Amino acid sequence: MKVSLNQKILSRNEECAQKNKAFFAENGILCLNVISSPGSGKTTTISRTIQDLHDKLTIGVIEGDIKTDTDAQKIRAAGAEAVQIETQGACHLSAEQVHRAIEALGAEKMDVVIIENVGNLVCPSAFDLGESARVILLSVPEGDDKPVKYPGTFAEADAVLINKIDLFDYIDFNLERVLADIRVVNPDAKIFQVSATTGEGMEQWYEWLLERANKKT
Amino acid sequence: MHETAVAESILQTILQHAEETGAKPTGAIISCGQFNALNDECMQFAFEAAAGGTICEGMNLTIKHIPLQAKCKQCRVTFEFNIYSPVCSQCESAEYDFESDAPLLLETIEFEDETQ
Repeated sequence: MKVSLNQKILSRNEECAQKNKAFFAENGILCLNVISSPGSGKTTTISRTIQDLHDKLTIGVIEGDIKTDTDAQKIRAAGAEAVQIETQGACHLSAEQVHRAIEALGAEKMDVVIIENVGNLVCPSAFDLGESARVILLSVPEGDDKPVKYPGTFAEADAVLINKIDLFDYIDFNLERVLADIRVVNPDAKIFQVSATTGEGMEQWYEWLLERANKKT
Repeated sequence: MHETAVAESILQTILQHAEETGAKPTGAIISCGQFNALNDECMQFAFEAAAGGTICEGMNLTIKHIPLQAKCKQCRVTFEFNIYSPVCSQCESAEYDFESDAPLLLETIEFEDETQ
């Protein structure tokens, strides 16, 4: 006996993601799902963004890590409220975890909620969290082959931040190749070249963020 | 290893249907697109591990990979996107739009016939 279903496998995650999406829309919140490899500078980029835009935007952060709340502590030190999710081994955040974190964060009073996903360039991209936009970070020391090796992740991006551009002089990194490879799978993504450490290029990223945030309010 | 989450989700659905039909599941077919990065070996391993000790133990899992379609902006032909040669299959233009990538689907479940 054969039963035909054609049912979405991650439907439970998607149902919850739709709830999150509705919550963000009702409250005029821009939600970003930030995905990258470990060590690409997600926390530093988010911290600097919070500090530089503190008089323009109220930002809340949901931190995903396998263990520890060190990232949430860094975000609080930068002046924003943060909720830490410890996944205890899981390689990605789920919409359900984010749903609980939204409540813990008191997200309704925020302009922007940034979800810093678990450092991993593969698994998080399969899980919709209900975000308004997906942001991928790629740092110069990781190498210029990442977009071609992880096409699915870059294909789903609304914005790509190429971070640590202050290291261009020290590392063999073919920027033209990276830009072309991203374009192959994603002709529409906004690409920013930044250094969260020196602040170079961050203005353009802030412009995009402010524009997207205002659109939502 | 997001395959573990996918395996767990498939298993729950199959168990639910097994309970409703009262029959033992013998096989299932799932399908995925090009960008949702399902690795066959990981998927089989994860499903085997999840199914162990349940009525689904020993089930046969088939994984279908659905090609991604793109439409050329120059000659308007629809072609199968190939990441190793990311140009239109007809006119070799690099200007194209993607059709949406196939979602992760549980297509069918096969159950043992009651007469057997």
